[in-house]
Amino acid sequence: MARKSAKDKVNNEVNAGSMADIAFLLLIFFLVTTTMDQDKGLLVKLPPWSTEAPKITKLKTRNVFSVLVNANDELLVRGEPVDINILREKAKEFIKNPLKLENMSESPKKAIVSLKNDRGTHYAKYLAVYNELKAAYNELRDEEAMKRYGKKMEDLPMDKQKLIIKDIPLILSEAESTSFGEEK
Amino acid sequence: MAKFEKKRGKTAPAISTASLPDIIFMLLFFFMTVTVMRNSELKVDVNIPEATELTKLEKKSLVNFIFIGVPKLPFQKVRGTSPQLQLGDKFADIEEIPIFLEKHRIKVPEKQRAMIISSLKIDKDVTMGIVADVKDQLRKSGQLKVNYSAKKRAGDKYK
Repeated sequence: MARKSAKDKVNNEVNAGSMADIAFLLLIFFLVTTTMDQDKGLLVKLPPWSTEAPKITKLKTRNVFSVLVNANDELLVRGEPVDINILREKAKEFIKNPLKLENMSESPKKAIVSLKNDRGTHYAKYLAVYNELKAAYNELRDEEAMKRYGKKMEDLPMDKQKLIIKDIPLILSEAESTSFGEEK
Repeated sequence: MAKFEKKRGKTAPAISTASLPDIIFMLLFFFMTVTVMRNSELKVDVNIPEATELTKLEKKSLVNFIFIGVPKLPFQKVRGTSPQLQLGDKFADIEEIPIFLEKHRIKVPEKQRAMIISSLKIDKDVTMGIVADVKDQLRKSGQLKVNYSAKKRAGDKYK
């Protein structure tokens, strides 16, 4: 019996020396398969699909910020050709209307951005325009948050953020694309 | 003084490797948790555009990916060089989007289904025609949360 227990003792010792090797092997496998790239992008909410004809609501033209992008990737904003570099400033000025001009939005709540593109418009341009419009709203919200609470939007608690979003809502309507341009 | 030196010389500084497996295991678990298996091989060239107003996609399990781009060289013989749609790991028609979305939806717990986001990975040079068609399909299937995938742009303005 004594001999047997001694034998047991020897057998019970698991060799842990190779444990590191096994762990290394697994580690290298996971290192190789890991993709660290995070997915980012412009978050957009599409309007629900409906088959019935949309209700024709009369909008005051002063409240509509129309942006047209043609198949040559050129912009027409409220009837004037505009470069994308000044689109953000234009949009901000229109939404806020600091001088209370007759031809700009009555208030940020009533401002509507209407975006229309051609089927031949390049996706990069479309996204750039979308990005600028979103940026205009984000900047306005940041300014409003600074004015009201002395903080940036991202530093505010959710309920205060919602208040500002309610006062400066992003209302973007996308019209059916035209099909003048050539599709690739 | 001599006494001290003698003592130091005797104890050979052997580094204990006993905790090595633990350290490795720690790293291992870290990588195991952050790993996302690449589930789809890209068959189309997708070079996503750049933007500034980005939102991170948090939960990978709640995201489905739709790729649009020109087919890669080996597939151009069959598929041509016009932009194509890729769902999962194969080419697809626009009409297959609802089935694709439904297949993803049933894998997600019921409570989280309203939070599903479609990530559109679209090549810069694709024209809006196919994108508009895809958008219409998404709207028809009630998938309204969409993320246009884009890279972070360093500068603030377009050049």
